[in-house]
Amino acid sequence: MKSRSSLIPSKAKKGAIMSEPIRLALPLDREALSSLHAGDEVLLSGPLYTMRDAGHARCLESLEQTGLLPYGLAGHALFYAGPTPALAQRPFGAIGPTTASRMDFATPALMDAGIVASIGKGKRSKEVVAACVRTGGVYFAAVGGIAAKLAECVISSELIAWDDLGTEALRRIEVRDFPVFVEVDSRGNDLYRMVESSGSRTDS
Amino acid sequence: MIESPVDTVCVDERVSVDPTLVSRAVEMGIRSAATRLRPDMLHAIERAYAIARVDQNRSREASVLEQIMENDRIGRADNAPICQDTGSVWVCLEAGDETMVPADVFAGVDEAVGHAYEEGRLRMSIVRDALFDRTNTRTNTPAFCEIRVVPGRAVKLHVMLKGGGSDNASRLVMLPPSAGPEGIVAEVVQLVREKAANACPPLIIGVGVGTTFDKVASLAKHALLRPLGSPAKNEEAGLFEARILEAVNATGIGAGALGGDLTALAVHLETAPCHIAALPLAINMGCCAMRSCTFLLTDEEGILLEEPKLLDPLQSEEGSDHV
Repeated sequence: MKSRSSLIPSKAKKGAIMSEPIRLALPLDREALSSLHAGDEVLLSGPLYTMRDAGHARCLESLEQTGLLPYGLAGHALFYAGPTPALAQRPFGAIGPTTASRMDFATPALMDAGIVASIGKGKRSKEVVAACVRTGGVYFAAVGGIAAKLAECVISSELIAWDDLGTEALRRIEVRDFPVFVEVDSRGNDLYRMVESSGSRTDS
Repeated sequence: MIESPVDTVCVDERVSVDPTLVSRAVEMGIRSAATRLRPDMLHAIERAYAIARVDQNRSREASVLEQIMENDRIGRADNAPICQDTGSVWVCLEAGDETMVPADVFAGVDEAVGHAYEEGRLRMSIVRDALFDRTNTRTNTPAFCEIRVVPGRAVKLHVMLKGGGSDNASRLVMLPPSAGPEGIVAEVVQLVREKAANACPPLIIGVGVGTTFDKVASLAKHALLRPLGSPAKNEEAGLFEARILEAVNATGIGAGALGGDLTALAVHLETAPCHIAALPLAINMGCCAMRSCTFLLTDEEGILLEEPKLLDPLQSEEGSDHV
């Protein structure tokens, strides 16, 4: 039958050739956010907050009750991640992005309240893209399936709230040269939609 | 007058699968699978990287493949999980029909899972009830177990740690028979367009066609166990796998969903009989950190082993020239 090598497509169209990554400090200011373009490779350094499904529901509840984001989240970026426990002198053995579209129900409201960026994997809704344009924010994609490597970029972690949620608790983490790609920029350009339209449309 | 012991002896000669051997294999499998790429996946990714690097100096796709390889090295060196989603545990006992399986064969599995997740510092990702109580069980149990009967005297145990992202990107469709092969290719490509970015490409795509509504998903899942590069069931199936793979990789989604033509490393197809009115189709996405392993619990003679023997997917089937 087939040899292993024939399983791999040989055509050369492996994503655009990249320029050198852009280094940015967290939290991101307006100027940094507006300078980013969909497709840019970025290395982030500074504080991030991990929050995912259950945390978004709680955050939205708190926002509805008080009109404010809890725990000083305004101005910060969220990383949709549920890490594994500490290992090998690192705060986490592994940490990586979870599917961002599951947070779409809350993201526009959170961005309107002050979240400036999010990090996850996969496509976002039109409403999230619109929120990026409206608030001047961005959505970054991190690569899924390289979580031991990403854990090496995490310097420290502090539990902020919701310990009962286990891995889904709200944590403030400090990252250094954390690799992401700009997926949706503040002008509403969307890398996934660009990538999709570059592919062929033959369905059989 | 004298009772013949012959019948009893005959039954006793059949190997009875030992539940402790099963739970030991589960614990070994979790620890091993969580912290390194499946050898056949690593091999395919290395091959793809060699091609991507020659084609273009610094593409997003080559960069993603390089990071996947480095991630595997870190996992091995530190015994660190290669993905933060260390999955739900799926266990399949594949027992020959000349063996016996006691009904309590999985009795020790949940304890083994809890132990492996705690000791391995893996993530607990299971909630008590899907709808009414989404409290984390904090043990990553229950494991989801099944028994499959095959011809022969051998007993194998498959362990898979299935990530939520790739399982969520999976789909089951009951197509009309008239949809035919074109309909199946179209469904897979459509699902890839909609969901591949969530499933952590480059993917391995398990496709099940046939049986009934409940069983077709199992066909797709079992297809993920087949080592990459090993032959399909027959030539027709192999050609159809290649056709789907080509269509999937023409979408341009690529590794890391950042653009490229390595959306999938492989498509594995399992087909089966079905009802005259049906064309059941299940598509189970496997991520680039697809974690599974298979143990032999018996030797060639069908005698139970002292310790489970981990099978090398690169040495499977008709042997391999790739090691």
